[in-house]
Amino acid sequence: MKKTMTAMALALAVATPAMADLMVPNLSYRTGPYAPNGIPYADGFNDYFTLLNERDGGIGGEKVVVTECETAYNTEKGVECYEATKGDGALVYNPLSTGITYQLIPKVTADGITLYTPGYGRTSAANGKVFANVFNYPANYWDGASIIVKDILSQNGDNIQGKKIALVYHNSAYGKEPIRTLQELAKKHGFELVEIPVDHPGQEQKSQWLQIRRDKPDYVIMYGWGVMNAVAVQEAVNIRYPMDHFYGIWWSGSENDVLPVGDGANGYKMISFHGTGGDYPVYADLKAHVYDAGKAAGDGSNPGNVLYSRGMYAAMVISEAIRGAQAAAGHSNVTTAEVRDGFENLNLTEERLTELGLPGFAQPIASSCADHGGPGTAMIFQWDAGAKKWNQSSDWISADADVIDPLIAEDSAAFAAENNIAERCN
Amino acid sequence: MFYREAGDFKTSYADDSQTFPIRFDRLRYYAVIAVAFGVIPFFINDYWANAVFVPFLIYAIAALGLNILTGYCGQVSLGTGGFMAVGAYAVYKLMTAFPEVSILIHVLLAGGITAVVGVLFGLPSLRIKGFYLAVATLAAQFFLVWLFNKVPWFYNYSASGQISAPERTVLGHAVTGASTTAPAKYLFCLIILFALAWLARNLTRGTVGRKWMAIRDMDIAAEIIGVNPLTTKLSAFAISSFYIGVAGALFFSVYLGAVEVGEAFGIQKSFLILFMIIIGGLGSIFGSFAGAAFLVLLPVLLKNILVGHLGWATDLAAHVELMIVGALIVIFLIAEPHGMAQLWRLAKEKLRLWPFPH
Repeated sequence: MKKTMTAMALALAVATPAMADLMVPNLSYRTGPYAPNGIPYADGFNDYFTLLNERDGGIGGEKVVVTECETAYNTEKGVECYEATKGDGALVYNPLSTGITYQLIPKVTADGITLYTPGYGRTSAANGKVFANVFNYPANYWDGASIIVKDILSQNGDNIQGKKIALVYHNSAYGKEPIRTLQELAKKHGFELVEIPVDHPGQEQKSQWLQIRRDKPDYVIMYGWGVMNAVAVQEAVNIRYPMDHFYGIWWSGSENDVLPVGDGANGYKMISFHGTGGDYPVYADLKAHVYDAGKAAGDGSNPGNVLYSRGMYAAMVISEAIRGAQAAAGHSNVTTAEVRDGFENLNLTEERLTELGLPGFAQPIASSCADHGGPGTAMIFQWDAGAKKWNQSSDWISADADVIDPLIAEDSAAFAAENNIAERCN
Repeated sequence: MFYREAGDFKTSYADDSQTFPIRFDRLRYYAVIAVAFGVIPFFINDYWANAVFVPFLIYAIAALGLNILTGYCGQVSLGTGGFMAVGAYAVYKLMTAFPEVSILIHVLLAGGITAVVGVLFGLPSLRIKGFYLAVATLAAQFFLVWLFNKVPWFYNYSASGQISAPERTVLGHAVTGASTTAPAKYLFCLIILFALAWLARNLTRGTVGRKWMAIRDMDIAAEIIGVNPLTTKLSAFAISSFYIGVAGALFFSVYLGAVEVGEAFGIQKSFLILFMIIIGGLGSIFGSFAGAAFLVLLPVLLKNILVGHLGWATDLAAHVELMIVGALIVIFLIAEPHGMAQLWRLAKEKLRLWPFPH
């Protein structure tokens, strides 16, 4: 009894791997109802760092160690993962879950670690004056909502007075985020907003789509994740909803969401803050140093798809921030505080993207003390079911800052008041 | 040899009716208390607190609560997650409305609010029993989660519907919020668990507990011998919900710090806690602890062994972990259908005779 207890205690205690050079944990989920989306993202994230390690010997000569930890999109496991990895000198977290992000915001702030949540998490974290350790550039949920409405506007000659727009959302913190923005936009542009929640995990949406069939909204916007996406696209096809009037936020627009539906999904639209597809020059390096060397993460089936590209995007921004931190600090073994400064002073230019083998992949980012939200731009993509690929159908569209900035200021001020945070950068 | 009644003479009624009548049991109990209060707080770090001890302590409180209702009073409940949500949202509303009051008072008040809600949803138990009651409490689960999702007042109109715990203190030490130290977190939960477990143990030994058990074993017979089913069942619902509410309040404020009702307090939480008491042992205080330990610590342990030591891929380890935990549950329940508490009881029976079984 005692022996087993000691063994158990030992096993629990020695949970953590050895001290790493540049430690970037990957809180991923490869199991559970969100795994179809979690896997490609985690693969892209890991593969990019593997490429840096194999091709360049890491960042600034320091190897990057990516410790993966399974969260299953569950907040309790997320906490366990955070605590398990933080002791090893983790530099930055990217949990790919809005729920886990909300939990980690106070923790990382107290521990001085950076939390990078591209396109998810707490929207008002874009206000660096309040959220010192959280970065969500290049775009956030509210930008996404505004960009979709802008695209709808441009199709209707800038007049959507009296139109009806339905929001089908994952009934969680993530799905509820855009509601406030869309309400404001509804006031501004005079459209009617119908809110239709879908409960976790979203395999059953018959009643929601029955409501859509009855209400006949002119457009449907979806904030979904995991199996919910594919089910929603299928249900939309079932009620013969015109697919080119159906928009998904960037988390509702991957190959996994439309491929199961087949030809019916043709014309489905999604927005993305980065390019997709395997045509970027970086894939030649990835092929040479990672895939052909047998070092690819997962089963190697994901390179080039939307979520893989997004995981790679996150890894690329993190690596650039670390590189900036190394340059500013003058040494390569940077600390968590230096990496945070690296994120705050990130200047990702188009030239730099081209150097990285990702020309035109994303918008430039110039971060500052107050601005942790980035440019807030995205492109619209449309699914071509015949060719099985996403076609870019718009140029970069920027969000309506007149609506979003006051909302961000309001929400972050509420957070600051609740937690007694004094504004920085003044 | 060590574990024996022989020679352990009781000279007073108080001695005779104490919780641990056997000397060795008593010493072991004191040793556990001494380690829990006197040793662990000095060695605990963030990982041990947040990933191991705090969830274990909080789930133990919830399991105790459900065990009072289901194990002692025989009323099956699937509303545990919903009642935990009541505790969590009550403490959130209280701690944001009255920031200067000690969080300990808020946690207890949240338990009280949950008790009221629990009594309300316990009313059907006067007419329906068994599976039918389980379905009625299932309605509570879904209704409460829906309510906290639907009414923005409960989450102070935040954009995402998330509730986040600001920093609150007890006697000047932060126990919620990010700057809480690991020992503060641990001790706060431990003190509450200790008090509640002590209370539960003594309640179940006394009149109240005997009434509960009479109702559980045969309600008509209990009624004939003078046990009032109304007060008995509702007191079980009230006290059980109080425990579960306190657990929910701690789960949100001390352990996670931010929750979202559907994800944290969904139906799977109700089942998890029901499994804890079934595996641990219905109608046993020790069983509540054993069940909570089994279902909280085992997955963490397995993950650390499979991923940390053997270096398996995280997804493979997660799947294998589910299989191992599932298989162990089945094996445990086949070996001992009355749960780990019964195994412990049998072990003690054997120990009394050891090493001379005849």
